[in-house]
Amino acid sequence: MKYVIIGNSTAAVNAIEAIREIDREGSITVLSDEKHFSYGRPLISYYLYGKISLENMNYKGLDFYEKNDVTTLLGVTAVKIDSEKKTVLLEDGREIEYDKLLVATGSRPFVPPMAGLEKVKEKYSFMKLDDALSLEKALGKDKNVLIIGAGLIGLKCLEGILDRVGKVTVVDMANRVLPSILDEEGSLIIQKQLEEKGVTFILNDSVAEFSCGTQALLKSGKALNFDILVLAVGVRANIELVKDAGGDCERGILTDESQKTSLPDIYAAGDCAASLDYLTNTKKVLALLPNAALQGRTAGHNMAGKEETFTQGIPMNAIGFFGSHVMTAGYYEGEVYEEKTSSTYKKLFYRDNLLKGFIIIGDIARAGIYTSLIRNKTPLDTIDFELIKKQPVLAAFSKEARAKKLTERV
Amino acid sequence: MSDIFIYPEYEVVRDRDACIGCRVCERQCANEVHRYDEVLGRMVADSTKCVNCHRCVCLCPTHALKIKKSEDCYRDNANWDYQTVNEVYRQANSGGVLLSSMGNPKPFPIYWDKILINASQVTNPPIDPLREPMETTVYLGKHNNEIERDGNGRIKNNLAPQLKLKVPVMFSAMSYGSISYNAHESLARAASELGTFYNTGEGGLHKDFYRYGANTIVQVASGRFGVYKDYLDAGAAIEIKMGQGAKPGIGGHLPGKKISASVSETRMTPQGIDAISPAPHHDIYSIEDLRQLIYSLKEATGYKKPVIVKIAAVHNCAAIASGIARSGADIIAIDGFRGGTGAAPTRIRDNVGIPIELALASIDGRLRHEGIRNNVSLIVGGSIRSAADVVKAIALGADACYIATAAVLAMGCHLCRTCNQGKCNWGIATQQPDLVKRLNPDIASKRLVNLVSAWNHEIQEIMGGMGINSIEALRGNRLMLRGVGLNETELKILGIRHAGESL
Amino acid sequence: MKRIYVNEQWCLGCHLCEYECAFANSNLKEMYHLKGKSIFPKIHVEDAADGIHYAVNCRHCQEAICVKSCIAGALSRDENGMVVIDQNKCVGCYTCVLVCPFGAVMPAEGGKVAQKCELCTKNACGTPNCVAHCPNNAIVFEDRG
Repeated sequence: MKYVIIGNSTAAVNAIEAIREIDREGSITVLSDEKHFSYGRPLISYYLYGKISLENMNYKGLDFYEKNDVTTLLGVTAVKIDSEKKTVLLEDGREIEYDKLLVATGSRPFVPPMAGLEKVKEKYSFMKLDDALSLEKALGKDKNVLIIGAGLIGLKCLEGILDRVGKVTVVDMANRVLPSILDEEGSLIIQKQLEEKGVTFILNDSVAEFSCGTQALLKSGKALNFDILVLAVGVRANIELVKDAGGDCERGILTDESQKTSLPDIYAAGDCAASLDYLTNTKKVLALLPNAALQGRTAGHNMAGKEETFTQGIPMNAIGFFGSHVMTAGYYEGEVYEEKTSSTYKKLFYRDNLLKGFIIIGDIARAGIYTSLIRNKTPLDTIDFELIKKQPVLAAFSKEARAKKLTERV
Repeated sequence: MSDIFIYPEYEVVRDRDACIGCRVCERQCANEVHRYDEVLGRMVADSTKCVNCHRCVCLCPTHALKIKKSEDCYRDNANWDYQTVNEVYRQANSGGVLLSSMGNPKPFPIYWDKILINASQVTNPPIDPLREPMETTVYLGKHNNEIERDGNGRIKNNLAPQLKLKVPVMFSAMSYGSISYNAHESLARAASELGTFYNTGEGGLHKDFYRYGANTIVQVASGRFGVYKDYLDAGAAIEIKMGQGAKPGIGGHLPGKKISASVSETRMTPQGIDAISPAPHHDIYSIEDLRQLIYSLKEATGYKKPVIVKIAAVHNCAAIASGIARSGADIIAIDGFRGGTGAAPTRIRDNVGIPIELALASIDGRLRHEGIRNNVSLIVGGSIRSAADVVKAIALGADACYIATAAVLAMGCHLCRTCNQGKCNWGIATQQPDLVKRLNPDIASKRLVNLVSAWNHEIQEIMGGMGINSIEALRGNRLMLRGVGLNETELKILGIRHAGESL
Repeated sequence: MKRIYVNEQWCLGCHLCEYECAFANSNLKEMYHLKGKSIFPKIHVEDAADGIHYAVNCRHCQEAICVKSCIAGALSRDENGMVVIDQNKCVGCYTCVLVCPFGAVMPAEGGKVAQKCELCTKNACGTPNCVAHCPNNAIVFEDRG
């Protein structure tokens, strides 16, 4: 059996492990346009922040490929999949044959057209390790940084570089920060925390044009001078290989619950895939590392012949800035339970006897118990919801349910 | 009204360098002695509440705690000692009878400690129990004096029902109510594993423990608590309790706060209300009456179970035992004045009854003299503290021993003697669920098995030293005993010679 | 693999396990050197209503979602199936805290990285110290398959 994986990040690595749990014999070939050993992509901001060294960024032990008998073709780009001939064509003309193919191509930054952008020399995206390494070279205490985009990527980049540059300004069209994971109140808390660190936010605004390589004119009429520009507006899933081969795609490559695409023997997992969102029962790109890992694992098992489905993908995020922590999961709909103190913020959203989502800022201890309620769709009338609302504790479960957790192998 | 006349008996001493403020002492003290003082920023103790049960001492992970006897003193007075004076204060404060728990703590002579055991030298070699068989199995019940044969010369199997003990030690009566469910389970499981018996006491038998029936002695006492057909059928033997060493002449008293729903159901008495059993059995005023009860019980259980009659060791116990041995009982249990209890009036506990050693020697002698010793087996209890006490008791004429204080010690009891308050921090003498759970029968039953097994090894060792390889051959073998520091009367009652006297 | 199991029937809520855990995983020579220090144990006791207590620590799940969720590859399962954490790789994002259904992964002292029970394999205890010092066998170390 010939397994070929396009991509070398979380989904790919977890797929390799899963394949090898079942098939020790078949050949596995990994193709990636990045030359690095597989690394956790979200680590790049932590690298700039100084929380982790380059040597420690490898996602698995350095003997991982060898131990799992994987052929790696790094620094190559796949340009075409021929699903009939079952080959992957590389840019250099090579053709790689496969029996089972996993597309784990991830996503790429989305850069909207902005007038004059070509004039800017010091402009960076923030997706890959190479982005971070080249951005790092440009950093300096006298540098003025403009980040376009106040989402997860923009703000994690901000955290990574803030102490290494002179000033950072963040511009976003939206009226608040982290709109994809926080409600308005939560956004305001994070914005304030960051402003206290000296960050300037310009919201409800966007770049009209770059008048020169170091100045942006905003739609509001403001002119902003900068030395370094970081573009963190959004991402697009890398679907083209599958789309061009005739596979069904929407925003991501559509897969079923086994991570199969519409094309035979081709699977997709991770940020490029649009798979089942367990909570809304729709197909979505859930571009989160844990989902990439779990989808990759499911794909790997299925490729090696073990039928398995992954149905518990939910949106969730653990993110933090300068020692504060934010945890969110699910969707913010239904009735709301909330608790606020000067340093903490917590909202639980529930409806139809289910916990639908939560936002916690500050006291994040044991938040996973809430996540498990969402992930397992635990009926709230089977637990002591009044108790667990206030504190995520196992005491809220029945004696029997608790005994299962604590006295049985899980 | 608090008693301002009495200084706390114990002081909780805390090594402030070692205390890490983990508060385990605070969490584990049902008497609320320990607490964290926010103002001082450290743990403090209220010694007035301390009963000296040592729970905190044992659980403190840094051994930062010890309990000291208070050094507070009154002017020296050999007659009006500290305890005596305090008891007067206490009664002046409360107006009530003083209540105590466990056995008589007063400095009366302990005859076990004035008796020494023989060993073989030269002419009758000792036996090594590690290399040679050493029998400690005992059968309790009526033994036949003669073999009877039928017309064909075949031996008639007319042996009365017997209890077979693999070790000559049983757990004596402690009721469910006085001790906890977990304590009962521990005793039951240990008795099963050891091949011996435990005793329900006067509290009935919890349904959960019927499965240990083959190792259970069910008790019938003056209150008849918990007694009904199934209960009688459940046990291997039935014990009629006429008296108890800790409180001869009075009945049991279980405080209402120890009568939980489950205890109430098992005991068949109302929940939360004191269960007081009468001093006498109201249907027994003579040996003939006793005989009627014995045969009622035998009749009810098809003559399949031996019946034990338990009496407290009192002045004329030998004559009473003689009567019992003629009443149809299979076994007599004698309880000495140091026997423990969950609750007894202090004055009775400390002043009524006689030492078990003297009672045993005198009863065994009397029954032999009257030629009725084989009518019954003798069990003795009332402070059997070690394997040596067991050996001495058997040599004085006992068939087997009852232990209870030693058993609760094995389970964790530290003899604080406040069982009657129902707040046993060791989970033994309490019905408070949070305290009961502190006694895990997995641990406690193992410790009981360990204790009795250890004693059995020691018994074998001592027997081997005497050149005796069967416990039957030790029974009543008073030549193996010598007294030290005993006067003529004591030696005569015990039926032993003074140390240094040869045959 | 031997795992730690907790039987709430026997847990007294004495919290000794927390201190024994903190001590075992400190570099302190004597337990009393914990004096005056805050502890950050990897096991913690929940005190529920009606006198119910139980200790909770890592269950070493067979499909450990913390391992799958770790962005740094700091969490992994070793050859025996024990879930271990490499704190040199951990960046303290606490995605593991977000996903652990038992609330058994937590920030370590200082709040920079995560920590979890590793069955006292990284100290000199031999058997897990919470198990060794539980006064009532409420915490046991057994192979239940």
